[in-house]
Amino acid sequence: MRAMVYRGPYRVRVEEKDTPAIEHPNDAIVRVTRAAICGSDLHLYHGMMPDTRVGFTFGHEFIGEVHEVGPSVQKVKPGDRVMVPFNVFCGTCFFCARGLYSNCQNVNPNATAVGGIYGYSHTCGGYDGGQAEYVRVPFADVGPGLIPEWLDDDDAVLLTDALPTGYFGAQLGDIVEGDVVVVYGAGPVGLFAARSAWLMGAGRVIVVDHLDYRLDKAREFAHAETVCFTEHGDVVLHLKHLTEGLGADVVIDAVGAEADGNLLQHVTAAKLKLQGGSPVALNWAIDTVRKGGTVSVVGAYGPLFSAVKFGDAMNKGLTLRMNQCPVKRQWPRLLEHIRNGYFKPSDVVTHHIPLEHIPEGYHMFSAKLDNCIKPIVVPSAA
Amino acid sequence: MTYTPQKPRLAESSDKLRARIPGWGADLDPADRPSVPRERFAPEESGAHWEYPDEQPELWPRERSLEHTRLPPVFGTTCPPKGLSGAIRKLAYAKYSEGRAAHWLLLMAGDRVDALESALRSMLTLRPDNPVTQTGVLSEGKRHGMSSRLGHNRADVKHHWMDPIIVGAPWAGAAAATYRLFRRR
Repeated sequence: MRAMVYRGPYRVRVEEKDTPAIEHPNDAIVRVTRAAICGSDLHLYHGMMPDTRVGFTFGHEFIGEVHEVGPSVQKVKPGDRVMVPFNVFCGTCFFCARGLYSNCQNVNPNATAVGGIYGYSHTCGGYDGGQAEYVRVPFADVGPGLIPEWLDDDDAVLLTDALPTGYFGAQLGDIVEGDVVVVYGAGPVGLFAARSAWLMGAGRVIVVDHLDYRLDKAREFAHAETVCFTEHGDVVLHLKHLTEGLGADVVIDAVGAEADGNLLQHVTAAKLKLQGGSPVALNWAIDTVRKGGTVSVVGAYGPLFSAVKFGDAMNKGLTLRMNQCPVKRQWPRLLEHIRNGYFKPSDVVTHHIPLEHIPEGYHMFSAKLDNCIKPIVVPSAA
Repeated sequence: MTYTPQKPRLAESSDKLRARIPGWGADLDPADRPSVPRERFAPEESGAHWEYPDEQPELWPRERSLEHTRLPPVFGTTCPPKGLSGAIRKLAYAKYSEGRAAHWLLLMAGDRVDALESALRSMLTLRPDNPVTQTGVLSEGKRHGMSSRLGHNRADVKHHWMDPIIVGAPWAGAAAATYRLFRRR
């Protein structure tokens, strides 16, 4: 089969790879019809995530058609159109039994601090991802969901990570009616988090980024006020002024490891890999939120240490909440919201890229060319 | 005002927001939020029909965190460790737990060695690594590389110049080493 493979920092190519086989009785093999490139794929692409091996295939956001199933699979069959959560999870370990699907203990030998994630390095279990023609899906009775007939492919693929993660970010904020919510990052997750904040009763939503076309999208798609941080010498002070000195009730970090806004932090983390992530957005979040407020973190960071302003968080009495999103928990409610017209997930899709052109897709997305917000990868067999 | 008990007044009331924003307040009640409560037992949701899953065969000694008391029943099997990078990775897993910086720093070192080893190995194949096509840099022309960057006050443009150095440094180093090797002969 054809698959994207990693060749080293900033380098990927498409090559022939063995088609995955059933390795466990509850495996399925899925023929991929749509995959997405996620902002967190860039952390792998830039060589920031430990144990990212040459030859590895990325892609944790994908949908497809079931091609083959193992002998114990009961819930899906060949030909079914399925969406697959980015989490690999067993459904019954201590953590899954409590709904913490993203923290499953039974799927990742390489680490206990993180669960299994498709196409997200050996630190997340060493599962090849969906930027390929076929992908192995463990626990086919647990993770995948049938895609409703009324749901488009581009909407469905965004239900495998970006939309649930944004929505989850707003939930972690424990928003109450009238709260002022600041969202750092106007990528797909930030846009969905901002839009979700309104569903939970926010009284004001402010999105912060430095890319003008993304801020345009935040105003249009997420009905948010926007702040371009490069227009303000001190963005935290500006946000304090916007909130009459109080700060925001809830701040959502939808940026993660490669945050810009402080050259030293960015270079030491993203270029020199001396930190697990550039904590610029997280530090701004800690400083922007009001005392006693909540910071929700859904931006991805690596397992190494980062220079976080923890003293401020302690002195301000903050609640810090975070996790990888347990995607499957979000689906029933999100499908209702899509049917009701509260979300059209594919509104954030800007590019469709043939799998064979994926190196150019990664470069475009990484360098933020051509007003790119969300690129979708289409395998030739799709 | 933060110096008195009142919260600053919002520009728009809830009623105005409900009228302006589709779905405003649909999940106002925390009970309508799927991740509330945070830990919720929902066997009807998972689809699992086991308490402990069947175990996937271990086809080679699978590297695993010291914090695991046993090999988990399911795991990825792509890209087994090999070469010097594989030895570094095995050492990181065998000797240091996830709580130790040495564990992660060794894994990062293994990644850098892997990239170099793989580039050298590719020179012996019919499809050697090609930094031009693999970096996707050719999209600069097709995807408005200049106009996407100039005049937009983007913070990241300040450090884009470093990217070619990060990609090119190992290649330049390998070329220099090869030149010195042949010149000595």
